[in-house]
Amino acid sequence: MALTSTGVGAPVRETFESPGARAWRRLKKRRTAMVALVLLVLLALLAIFAPFIATHDPTQQSWRAVRQAPSLTHWFGSDEVGRDIFSRVVYGTRASLSAGVISVAIAIVAGVPLGLLAGYVGGWTDALISRVTDAMLACPFLILAIALAAFLGPSLQNAMIAIGITATPVFVRLTRGQVLSIKTEDYVEAARAVGNTRLRIAWKHILPNVMPQLLVQGTLTIATAIIAEASLSFLGLGQQPPAPSWGSMLNVAQRFLSNAPWMAIFPGIAIFITVLSFNLFGDGLRDALDPKAK
Amino acid sequence: MFTLITKRLIQLIPTIFFVSVLIFLLQQLLPGDPALVMAGEEKDPEVIEQIRKRYRLDQPLPIQYLAWIGGVFQGDLGESMRLSEPVSTLVAQKLPVTIQLAVMAMIFTLGIGIPAGIISAVKKDTAWDYVVNVVALWGISTPNFWLGIMLIFLFSVQLGWLPASGYVSPFEDFWASMAATIMPAFVLGNSFAGVIMRHTRAAMLQVMESDYVRTARAKGLDERTVILKHGLRNALTPVITLGALEFGTLLSGAVLTEQIFSIPGFGKLIVDAVFNRDYAVVQGVVLVTATTYIVLNLLADIGYILANPRLRT
Repeated sequence: MALTSTGVGAPVRETFESPGARAWRRLKKRRTAMVALVLLVLLALLAIFAPFIATHDPTQQSWRAVRQAPSLTHWFGSDEVGRDIFSRVVYGTRASLSAGVISVAIAIVAGVPLGLLAGYVGGWTDALISRVTDAMLACPFLILAIALAAFLGPSLQNAMIAIGITATPVFVRLTRGQVLSIKTEDYVEAARAVGNTRLRIAWKHILPNVMPQLLVQGTLTIATAIIAEASLSFLGLGQQPPAPSWGSMLNVAQRFLSNAPWMAIFPGIAIFITVLSFNLFGDGLRDALDPKAK
Repeated sequence: MFTLITKRLIQLIPTIFFVSVLIFLLQQLLPGDPALVMAGEEKDPEVIEQIRKRYRLDQPLPIQYLAWIGGVFQGDLGESMRLSEPVSTLVAQKLPVTIQLAVMAMIFTLGIGIPAGIISAVKKDTAWDYVVNVVALWGISTPNFWLGIMLIFLFSVQLGWLPASGYVSPFEDFWASMAATIMPAFVLGNSFAGVIMRHTRAAMLQVMESDYVRTARAKGLDERTVILKHGLRNALTPVITLGALEFGTLLSGAVLTEQIFSIPGFGKLIVDAVFNRDYAVVQGVVLVTATTYIVLNLLADIGYILANPRLRT
């Protein structure tokens, strides 16, 4: 609580609102972002409690249930070796969400310190980091991720590393840009004047101000990373069979389109809903964190 | 203007240098000795030694890099181990196919994205705006390989209207070529249409609030002229710049689209190379794609400078 004087009459009591609380208040007003948040929480619960939600073992084959249409036993039908598609879609949430979150975490952990360093130190360090970032951004995202995943070897873990490395320059550039605009602000000058070390200024004064943009970019990049993981798995460079992943399920489904279209429909809808939720939530977050917005 | 363009050209040199280093270093990521991988199953010591000599793997990294980049400058991107053909020949064969696909996708992207963006901006906060935004989000969030599979299911399996896969050159049979590429081009252009729509909408909203649009309205011009002549012409500059950049991204998106529709283009070349551990091809394709992207970026910048009178002096 803070007391401010209007200059006339009695002082007016004004409530202080932290930036986090303000962003949450604004976010709550955006219905689509809130729907997306609910969907994301549901997807996370689906991933965590997959063993309790799945109706079958996702890798259990059954020759008596090959390519069965959706029914009460197999809600989303069954695949070419009789595995339950609903259970595979539920377990696939784990691969997709973890790939999205972990690869973006890799990109943030690698990209943010590099961006801070480039923006804050400047000079040759900045020139070197910026040129390498430009070079990486010049290679199309998916092609670089495919090349990296191919050279590292096909596995979900390597796909996450490949996507993480590929997404790193986005965070380097974003952080550097923010640092350049923040470092001349009065409060940073003041922190420097009272003798704070460069590291402390970067950590305590600059990083917290870069956080809102990082949060928005991180959320939107998770959406891109999920599509990238599904793409790599579709090409056989991500999650390896028989472990379920939406991308690899679509790859197999392509061969049975004429007699078992459900094999392609449900994993695709799962990717769509997940990516859409991250995109909608990211958009809402951007609006809520925008200082110019009401 | 010339100073600006020269400055951009000079900035390209370190970027291209780092791209080449990055692509060269990709091979170093290979687990184990690349010569062992290239020698195949038998691992004959003599063959391994030959491979080491031939690809200069017995020499220090900087020497290997210089030899590789020296070859690249002479148009030698190495040789495909699987097809025993120069990578540059393979690139020259496959690139036109992908460019045809990308150009057609671009027509879809701009043809859908720009009008949708205008409608959304002009009819801001109406049902039109809402519908266009939903469609854009749908485009951005749909993985294009899934959309491809669903379109094959609908138009090829169910209706039998279009071929599910394959490619025909437009110089052989124009209409057969269109039939074979219309679905992949739509799939490829779909997600970018959403991006272009959002940018057109943002640019139009900004332009429509500017002083010269207000003046045009005050002069009594009809709304159609104001929107198309005064608004759109100015809003399009950043959109076209973005379009040039997206063209580079389309090359990347073509990887999966070509895989689904079995189109023998650039994307299929890299995927086949990846699975056959044909590393020279992977490096060559990434290098060509990155260079194309850099050149398009430069052209977009020059276009922007030329289109913007304030930067032209």
